[in-house]
Amino acid sequence: MKKLVMAVAGMAVLFAGAAQAQAPNFDDPAEFAKQKAQLTGAFNGPADSPWLQYAGDAMADTAKFKKDGPWTICFSNAGVNNPWRVVGYTDMTEEVKNHPEIGTFTHVDAEGSDDKQIADIDDLLAGGTCSALIVSPNSTAALTPAVEKACASGLPVIVFDRGVTTDCPVTFVHPVGGYGFGIQAGEHVIANTSAGANVLMLRILPGVDVLETRASGARNMFKEAGLNILGEEFTDGDNAKTKSIVEDYLQRGTIDAVWMDAGATAVAAVEAFEDAGVPVPVVTGEDQQDYLQKWKALGFKGIAPTYPTYQWRTAIIAAVNTLKGEAVPGPEWVLPQPAITQDVLDQYINEKMPPLHYAMCGCEGMPGYPEAWGGTK
Amino acid sequence: MTEQTLSTPGSARRRLLQINPVYVLLVALLVAIVLLNPAFMEPQGYMNYLKRAAALAILSGGALYVIVAGGFDLSVGAMMTLTVIGSSMLASNDPNSTYWIIPLMLGIGALVGLINGLVVSYLRVPSLIATLGMMITLTGVAFVWSGGAPRGYLPDTFRFFGRFNITGVPLVNIFPVAIICLVVFGLILWWGMHRTNLGRMIHAIGDNQRAARLAGVPVERVRITAFIVSSMSAVVAGVILGGRAGVSVDIGSGYELQAITAAVLGGAQLLGGRGSVPAAMAGALALEAIFTLLNLLGLPQPVRQVVQGLILIGAVALAMYRRKRTGR
Repeated sequence: MKKLVMAVAGMAVLFAGAAQAQAPNFDDPAEFAKQKAQLTGAFNGPADSPWLQYAGDAMADTAKFKKDGPWTICFSNAGVNNPWRVVGYTDMTEEVKNHPEIGTFTHVDAEGSDDKQIADIDDLLAGGTCSALIVSPNSTAALTPAVEKACASGLPVIVFDRGVTTDCPVTFVHPVGGYGFGIQAGEHVIANTSAGANVLMLRILPGVDVLETRASGARNMFKEAGLNILGEEFTDGDNAKTKSIVEDYLQRGTIDAVWMDAGATAVAAVEAFEDAGVPVPVVTGEDQQDYLQKWKALGFKGIAPTYPTYQWRTAIIAAVNTLKGEAVPGPEWVLPQPAITQDVLDQYINEKMPPLHYAMCGCEGMPGYPEAWGGTK
Repeated sequence: MTEQTLSTPGSARRRLLQINPVYVLLVALLVAIVLLNPAFMEPQGYMNYLKRAAALAILSGGALYVIVAGGFDLSVGAMMTLTVIGSSMLASNDPNSTYWIIPLMLGIGALVGLINGLVVSYLRVPSLIATLGMMITLTGVAFVWSGGAPRGYLPDTFRFFGRFNITGVPLVNIFPVAIICLVVFGLILWWGMHRTNLGRMIHAIGDNQRAARLAGVPVERVRITAFIVSSMSAVVAGVILGGRAGVSVDIGSGYELQAITAAVLGGAQLLGGRGSVPAAMAGALALEAIFTLLNLLGLPQPVRQVVQGLILIGAVALAMYRRKRTGR
C-alpha cells in the first residue's frame, strides 16, 4: 500500500513537473519591458508606410533563396474565420497584385483547425510547386513541427501573426505584441480613473498566447495602480454574451472602466451602458469602424490599441524580398503597433467602410481600395 | 411507494396541486431578486429583465407546440442564429431592407418547420434526431453564408424590435418594444393552443396518437403545423435577440434546451399531451429570473448550466410525481 502511494505521488510529481515545463509563460516581466520600450521606440524604414518599418537592425541573409520569377508563393492560412482575418486576407491578396513577379499565389485555408493546417502544409510541400511558403499558424505548439518540416525541405518559410517555437523560418513578421496591446489599453484606463476604481476585464477566450499576454500585462498594471478588478470574463467574441455580462455586472454595482483584450465586442459593451441608462465609462476597444464611430458619437473616453492588419502585406513583401535575395529584417520583423487615441480618432473614421472593417489596415493607398474591402468611394 | 398505497389524496390537497407551481416559483424568485437588489423595483430594472427574457419566452411558447404534440424541436436555436446571420448578410447596412427581410426570414422559418414536420411524419425519423440533423444543417448554412465571420450589420430599423425603448410613458417612463412583441406573440400562441381546434388536436395527438387518428384527427398535418409554429417563433425570437444584442455567429446556441427547460418548468409533459402556453412563458421568465438571481449572488456563468440541467431533471421528476398524485 505504501509503495503504491509512493508510486502515485512520484507520478504526480513527474506530471506536474512536465506540465510546468510545457506550460508557456504568459507573464514574463522581461518580455513585458521589451514590448513597453518598443511601443515608444524608434522604427527603421519609411514612417508613412508602417508595414515596411521594423524595430532593431538585425537582418536575415537570404542570398541562398534567390530565384528567378515567376514565383509560386504558397500561403497556409489558419483561417479567415473572423473579421480581422477577413480584412487582413484582403490586404494580402491586394498586395500580391503589386508584385508582377508572383506568377501564382496559392492559398489554403485551414478553417481554424490544427490538423487541417498540418495536412495543408504537407500537401503544399508534396506538390513541389511552391517557391516560398508563408504560414499564419493556427496554434503555436501544434504547428511548430510542420513549420520545421517545411524549413527542412529547403523552402524559404515566412511566419506571421501567431508564432511558432522554432527559429528556422527566414523571419517571423509580427507587430510589437500582446503585452504592448495590454499596456496601451491599461495605461488609458489608469490615466482616466482613480485608485480604487472598478475595472471589468473582458476577454475572448483563454489559452491563446497573443491574448493571454494582453491580459497579464494589463492585470499587473491595474494591481499596481490600485484598481479593483471586478472580474475577468470570457465572451467568446460574442456580442450577445458580452452585453449580458456587462448588464449582469451593472446590476451588481458600478463599473468605472471596461478593459477589453480585443475590440470585436466593444460596441456590445458600450450598448449595455446605453440601454441601462448609465453614462458610458472608459471602454477600450480596437480599430474596428463600428467602435470608432460609436466612440465619436457618444464621446466617452475610448482608446483603440491595434493589432494592425497591415502585417498581412508585410508577409508578402518579406517573401518577395527573400526570393529576390535581398536581406529582410530577421529572425523577427517587428512592426510598429500604434494605438488610435482621441487626437487622431477622426482620421481613422470612414463611414463608407463596413462596420467591421479594421481601420489600421495600411490599405488606403492600394489600387483596390476601398471596394475590395467592401467599402464605397 | 408505501405511502402512496396507504394514503388517498384529499380533495383540498388535489386542488392545491392543481395550481401550477411555476407561478409560485416565479413570484418567489422575483421577491428574492428584489430583496437582493432593490433597484429591480425601478422600471429600468424590471423592464430590462423582461426585455432580456422576451426572446426566450416567445421561443418557449412556440416550442411548446411541438412538445405537446409529443416531439422535440432542437433546431430552434440554430434557426435563431440563421435568422440573425442571414438578416445581417442581406441587410448590408441598408435601413430600408428590414421591411422585406423579416417576412423573408419568417418564410424561411416556415419552410424549415415544414421540412422538420415532413421528415418526422412521413420518413418516420424520431423528432429528436430529425431536428438535431436540422440544427446541424442550419448551423452549417449560417456558417457558409457568413463565411464564418459576420461581415454585415443589423440596421437600427431591424434592431428596433429588440432594443428600442419607448420613452416618456406614464408611470413606467420607459417601455421596451420587445415587451410589446412578447405580449402580442404570447397572445397569438395562447389563442392558437387553447382556443382553437388546432390546439385541441395537438393535445390529442400528443396524448394518444392512435386514438386521435381513429377519432379523425389529421395527425400528419397537425404535427407539421406544430413544427412550423415552433420554427416561426424561433425566427421572431431571433429578430428580438439579434435586435437586443447585435450580430454574433452562435447567438442562438443553447436556446433550444432553454426553451425545453422553460416549457417543462411550466408543467408541460415531455412526450406530449399536456402543456400551457402562459405557463411555459412563465417558465421562461422563471429561468431568466434564476439566472439573474445567480448573477446577483455572484456565481459565475458556468454555474448557470449546472443549475439549468438540474432544473430540467427536477422539473420532469416533479411533473411525473404530480401526475401520479393527481391521477392523470
